[in-house]
Formats: sequence, C-alpha cells, structure tokens
Amino acid sequence: MTTRKLAVVSAGLSQPSSTRLLADRLTQATVDRLKENGTEVEVTVIELRDLAQDVTNNLLTGFASPKLQAALDAVTESDGLIAVTPIFTTSYSGLFKSFVDVIDPDSLTDLPVLIAATGGTERHSLALDYAMRPLFGYLHAVVVPTGVYAASSDWGSGSDSSSLSNRIGRAAGELATLVRESDRSSTVRDPFALPKGFSPVGGFGAQ
Amino acid sequence: MQFGLFTVSDVTTDPTNDITPTEHERIKALVTIAKKAEEVGLDVFALGEHHNEPFVSSSPTTTLAYIAAQTEKLLLSTATTLITTNDPVKIAEDFAMLQHLSDGRVDVMMGRGNTGPVYPWFGKDIRDGIPLAIENYALLHKLWSEHTVDWQGKFRTPLQGFTSTPRPLDDVPPFVWHGSIRSPEIAEQAAYYGDGFFANNIFWPKEHYMKLIGYYRQRFEHYGHGTADQAIVGLGGQAFMRTKSQDAVNEFRPYFDNAPVYGHGPSLEDFTEQTPLTVGSPQQVIDRYASMREYFGDYQRQLFLMDHAGLPLKTVLEQLDILGEEVVPVLRKEFAKDRPAHVPDGPTHASLVAARDAVAEQFAVAEQSAVPELVDGRN
Repeated sequence: MTTRKLAVVSAGLSQPSSTRLLADRLTQATVDRLKENGTEVEVTVIELRDLAQDVTNNLLTGFASPKLQAALDAVTESDGLIAVTPIFTTSYSGLFKSFVDVIDPDSLTDLPVLIAATGGTERHSLALDYAMRPLFGYLHAVVVPTGVYAASSDWGSGSDSSSLSNRIGRAAGELATLVRESDRSSTVRDPFALPKGFSPVGGFGAQ
Repeated sequence: MQFGLFTVSDVTTDPTNDITPTEHERIKALVTIAKKAEEVGLDVFALGEHHNEPFVSSSPTTTLAYIAAQTEKLLLSTATTLITTNDPVKIAEDFAMLQHLSDGRVDVMMGRGNTGPVYPWFGKDIRDGIPLAIENYALLHKLWSEHTVDWQGKFRTPLQGFTSTPRPLDDVPPFVWHGSIRSPEIAEQAAYYGDGFFANNIFWPKEHYMKLIGYYRQRFEHYGHGTADQAIVGLGGQAFMRTKSQDAVNEFRPYFDNAPVYGHGPSLEDFTEQTPLTVGSPQQVIDRYASMREYFGDYQRQLFLMDHAGLPLKTVLEQLDILGEEVVPVLRKEFAKDRPAHVPDGPTHASLVAARDAVAEQFAVAEQSAVPELVDGRN
C-alpha cells in the first residue's frame, strides 16, 4: 500500500469558519478518492489563524519559529496541497498571501494544488482564476483545472450537476490523480545543492 | 580563541528618550568603543560597510587606520567588506596599506551586502550578487598572492601587467573570512580557499547554522586544508547584561521592541530563545556562549554586537566593561577546556607568517633529502 502526504491550508479567520468547512469537505473527498484506489493518505491541516503571529514575525525577522517551520515543511514536502482562503476585497486574504510569502519560492515546484475560496456572494468567484491560479503558477506548482468557490448561498443549494458537492467531487478527483503520481514526499532534498556549473573561483578563475 | 566586537554603525534613535546621535557623534563613538574594546581585553574590532542612511561607516579602512593609530594590540577587521560592489583592486590596495600601517593587525571579512539599491548605485546588479562575490574575490586573491597579474573576467575591466601596491606585509596577505547568512556557495568558496567562514547567526536559529557550518567544515576537509575540525569558524552574538537578570531585561526591552531589525516582531523572550541574543546576568551570557561549541564545534572567533538599537554610548561602554572583565575571561577558560591540540587558534599575522615559514622549511628539508635519493636511484 502506498502512502501520500496531503497538506491543507485554511486561511479562515472566524471560528468556526466556512473556509475550514470547505477545506474539510475537499480533504475528505480527496482522501476518499485516493483510498478507492488503494492509496493511504497522511493529512496535515494548517489553520493559518493559529500561525498569524509567527507569519508576521517571519516577515519581519526572516526566519520561521519552530511552529511555523513545521507547517512550512508540511506544505513543501507534501504530495498535494489544498489551499483555501476567504476572498477579501477582491482577492485572497492578507494572511493567506503572507503565509505564501514566507514559503521558499522554489519549494512548491511541481506540487499538485487544489485552489478553493469562500465569499459572501458568487460575484467574487473569478478571484480564484485571476488571483489564486497565477499565484501558484508563478511558484511552478501544478494547479488542477477545477477551482472550488463557495458563496454563502452554496451551503443551502441542492445537488444538481453544478452544485457545490459536485464541484468538490470533480476537483478532488483531479487532485487525487496527481497526488497518486507524486513522489515529492519521498524525495530527499539537498539544502546545500550548488547551482549547476558553480565554480568557487568563477567562470574565469582558471586563468 | 578570539573575542571581539562587530558593529553595523547604525544611527538609531534611543527609544527611551528620543535622542538621535549626530553622524559625527556616532563616528566618534565607534572610535571610543574600539579603544574600549582593547582596554577591556577584547581581541577584535570589526566594522561594517554601508552606503545608505542610517549607517555612517562607508569607509572602513579610513576608520580602522585611525583606530590602529590609537591602539596597540587590537586586531582590526570588517563586518563586512562589500566584495560585490567594491573594485577588488581597491580592496587589495586599501587593506594592504592598512596592514602595513597597523603592523599586521588587520584581517577582512567579505560579504555581499543585501541592500538592493546599493548595487545599481555602484553600477552592479543584485542578481549577480553571488557571481560578483566569486569572481571579485578570485581577483583579490590573485592580486595578493601574485606580484604581477594578468586578468580578465566578466565584471571588471581586464588587467595586464598590474601589480597591486603596497605588497602585503611580509608577503602574507590579511586573513580572509567569508561572511554568510544562508548561501552554500559562500561556504563552498571559503572552504575552497581554506579561508575562514563567519556565520552571522544573530538573527536566526542555531539549527540552520549547525548545518551550514557543518557543510563548510566538510568541504574544507574535502579541499585538503586540514580536517573538518580544523576549519576556521567565526560566529556572531548579542548580549545585554546587568548584575540582576531582571534589571537587564527591563532595561533592554524598549531597545529590543523598537530595534531596526527585529523590533515590533517577536517577543524578547521568543527571540532570545531562538537566536543567540542573551539578556540577563553575566553568568547567563557565559553559560549560553560556553555551550556554542557543543553545537558548532570548537571555533576561532566570537564577535558580539553591542552598540545597536539606539543604546547610548555610556551604556555600551558599561556593557563592554562587563563583557571584558566578567564574561570573556571565563569564556576563554571554558573554551580552552578539552580543546584538541590540533584545532587552530584564531589566525593572526604572526601565526600566518609562522605557518608560511613552516611550509617553506618543509619544502627545503624535502628538497635536501630528495637529492641523495635521486643520486642513489641513478646508482
């Protein structure tokens, strides 16, 4: 039986939060899809609210507290990431972006990511595609085609083909396929790997 | 083991009374602090280089020469000299000159500088930071070790038949440290040349530096300069002390809370736990720094940042009294305990001259003994 690691980042600020609720639904659906195909999953859920002070301190000092470092390691060494943020003022929340800003920009390369967001009305759903998707694209992560946006009204909708549960299922299926193929969590990274072609005396040093 | 101070030369408002020293006052204070360092028995004074406000030290060799003229034993160094934006030819000349004037009491720490605009102000590009540090130092090393230099590189106009003057004192260049916070390339460079590696660890947790220094030691051995535990390692540190621990905390807290680098961020308690900053009694500082060798191995140089965050000169001088009279003498004994004989002391001009002469003698002996063997071989 193969085991994969799934990281879940939830940037909701209230408790309980609909952002966490959406994150949990997406997580459960993804875990179910993976188990159907015989893949075990280790899930790490990161509530950014619990790390808000640590994230700010990292922005100011340049280093992560042990608690924040554990969360960063869980994200960067995972086989898949579910990233869920509330939409504030047309975009991801400031806390969500601050967390992304303290991640080593090279460390999410090839990471399968499911993007999701919550908001008061459906009118902000495109924030997934003009804000979240380019953010992870810049980091060379692999964002699955279906992003899941849940407005308040979605929590009271039925189960037709465009319903929230249907979108969750489709996105989870897309993520599960990529997570199953990922070898990121079993890859050993050399923190002191020198850039290709590096010479301690420089390109002209041999003269 | 060498103990000393390093300073970034910041002009910072004292948050307890809103007094900001003038540049002139701060520059004079740097000189007073350096002289005090010698008076209280410290070994090294290292001065930063900056080209932007609120820092005053744009011309370290000028300042260090002035200090050299007023001190007897103090070893003068930098923290750091910008190997990226300075012309390596001028570094070679300036520090060789300082080396002569100070009778060998000088070494130098290379650094890249992390202030973005300084690079374009000096006609460089920060994205070339590492390549500049690598190439410029390769030239500096050549200028100091070879009399007449032909050179061509990517970043500087070529040289034909150039001799950097004055030549290093006794033909032994100042010892070079390479300072780094996180770059393995710089650790690799230091290891390649067999130079010193200074891990400026004052803002970050020790776990990171245990790995980085471990890497440098391993590569030092790989390049054949000695065993890993003979690599030349320097570390930073920060302390604020009063006889009663709580007095130190109370007095230092407003400076910490408003400090330029970490102010308004983590609590004093978290920061002291996660970094080498130690605020408390002299004994607490002794205990903390005596334990450093357990994490980093026996090392050669410990520098303390003492004049920062707007601390008034009077307070800094009191701190130096405590550091020099109560802390460092005990640390010297602690660090000497069980230190293996093959681990070198902090490098000085005298030790470098002796090492050079020892190598020359070995060669001479080897040549003498080699000749009869050859003759025998022919027979």
